[in-house]
Amino acid sequence: MNWITNYVRPRINSIFSRREMPENLWSKCDECGSMLFHRELKEHLNVCPQCGHHMALRARDRLTALFDGGSYSEVEVPAPVADPLHFRDQKRYPDRMKAAQRATGEKEAMLVAEGEIGRTPIVAAVQDFSFMGGSMGMYVGNAIIAAAERAVALHRPLILFSAAGGARMQEGILSLMQMPRTTVAVQMLKEAGLPYVVVLTHPTTGGVTASYAMLGDVQIAEPGALICFAGPRVIEQTIREKLPEGFQRAEYLLDHGMLDRVTPRRDMRDELITITRMLLDLPPQVKGELPAPEKEAVQEADDAPEKT
Amino acid sequence: MTNYLDFEKPLAEIEGKAEELRALARQNEEMDIDDEVSALDRKAANLLSDLYKSLTPWRKCQVARHPDRPHCKDYIEALFTEFTPLAGDRNFADDHAVMGGLARFNDRPVMVIGQEKGHDTKSRIERNFGMARPEGYRKAIRLMEMADKFNLPVITLVDTPGAYPGKGAEERGQSEAIARSTEKCLQIGVPLVSVIIGEGGSGGAVAFASANKVAMLEHSVYSVITPEGCASILWKDPEKMREAAEAMRLTAQDLFKLGVIDRIVGEPLGGAHRGRDTSVAAVGDAIAEMLSEMDDMDRGTVVQARRKKFMEIGAKGLST
Repeated sequence: MNWITNYVRPRINSIFSRREMPENLWSKCDECGSMLFHRELKEHLNVCPQCGHHMALRARDRLTALFDGGSYSEVEVPAPVADPLHFRDQKRYPDRMKAAQRATGEKEAMLVAEGEIGRTPIVAAVQDFSFMGGSMGMYVGNAIIAAAERAVALHRPLILFSAAGGARMQEGILSLMQMPRTTVAVQMLKEAGLPYVVVLTHPTTGGVTASYAMLGDVQIAEPGALICFAGPRVIEQTIREKLPEGFQRAEYLLDHGMLDRVTPRRDMRDELITITRMLLDLPPQVKGELPAPEKEAVQEADDAPEKT
Repeated sequence: MTNYLDFEKPLAEIEGKAEELRALARQNEEMDIDDEVSALDRKAANLLSDLYKSLTPWRKCQVARHPDRPHCKDYIEALFTEFTPLAGDRNFADDHAVMGGLARFNDRPVMVIGQEKGHDTKSRIERNFGMARPEGYRKAIRLMEMADKFNLPVITLVDTPGAYPGKGAEERGQSEAIARSTEKCLQIGVPLVSVIIGEGGSGGAVAFASANKVAMLEHSVYSVITPEGCASILWKDPEKMREAAEAMRLTAQDLFKLGVIDRIVGEPLGGAHRGRDTSVAAVGDAIAEMLSEMDDMDRGTVVQARRKKFMEIGAKGLST
């Protein structure tokens, strides 16, 4: 240790190679415009601490926040035929896919994982809006079927977080066919008597809303989420009148009887634990941040006496 | 008076000329026009068969939307007896875009449900151009439940641009209604056969066509979105609908290759509207054959077969 390693080298490094810094240390809330520090935003799961606006949360971050100790294992999704229609618009579909994969670091628009929440074993499926608008194609369909089959095999509830612009246009009719396919997946859960809870996040629209995202035993939405079949722009063009304030937002749907609950993101995990445990006839769980489960601990927790 | 599509313009001219000649001859008895008229007729027939030999996907969309194309009501009137319409969703309203009820098909009691577009301005408005609202899907659900209870096969006739995008429709849960209707299609223990007779528009069509067997008329289309909609999203220009229609694979021929539909029902030269009776009869034969394929199936098998079919769709892609 001398002054060269302690002082000179760091200085040189900082001058010449500029330590890699996240570019967006600060981001602006889309709603109230507050400048938010990335760490603070992360702590609040991308909810603006100033106004409570819910910003997009990456699928992987959501899984980490959901499962005890952020620990889960991914469920494998059977890969569908790539580019089944040889689709080409202004770009080739495989090129669009590659671009989306590069931009997100994900393989496709849905992640399926198994793990525990509040020591309750579940299967979760999370749709990733950042991947081609979360659009539902063959892969998303396969993911939901894989999630349902896994849930049935392990006798666990399925919790699904939806976020999508709708069907994957580049898979044409085959994306439309995911509506009946995913509906069959939901029926498998129903027949096995397993809870299927849907958490609708911003935005959930089109064929996704018109299939698995509206068939949950319990339908919960995040505040302010746009949830609809036809988007507001399409409707305004059709009926040529201004739509009411908050039209097709989570709260509006709650008012119109289309949802069970609208729940802020910070309370979502606890609420999912509470609901699934009641539906599974398990005793109430100790809530809060739990470390990753160990095999023995799980057994104990399941047989634990009732606590409040 | 025939309605011509834009690509049929040359045909319209020839047929128009022949018609004019005939009109002249009626006023003027000494005129001998037989040779000329028959030459024109021959020319028209050749042109028609040239035009329809290989319709582009976009032209097929136009034919599928042809105002004179036989609609749901025409098929129900011609193919079924004792049709007894049943109305309402027992909740909010009766949706006139969806017609359905009890009927006999070859003497066998069935439930028939379909989207009706209407044939003139008044009926088109009344039918909302075949675009159903949640009430329509909920009526369909109710009728499918009844069919299931009384063991009646269900026949659906699909012809819709899509579900109606309106304020009230959204407020009353358009997406939930479509989801539940699709779910009901997949649940019932009775055979469900579907024919796409015109436009199979997106979720609005799936809610009726999640069937054991799906047939499509030769020039019908079935797609996730209209070519115009697809063009405006992916090309940022709704005028690129020809390209979009091409890329989307929405023709009966492509859908058969993809395994999405089970059979193609032929249309007379020039489209179903140029030979309504033959088209209607061909659809009737297709329905009868599709139903007879399930004659020996018990309730459980019917449900399992339907699910299996959808689980396997798309596994191979377009195998060309």
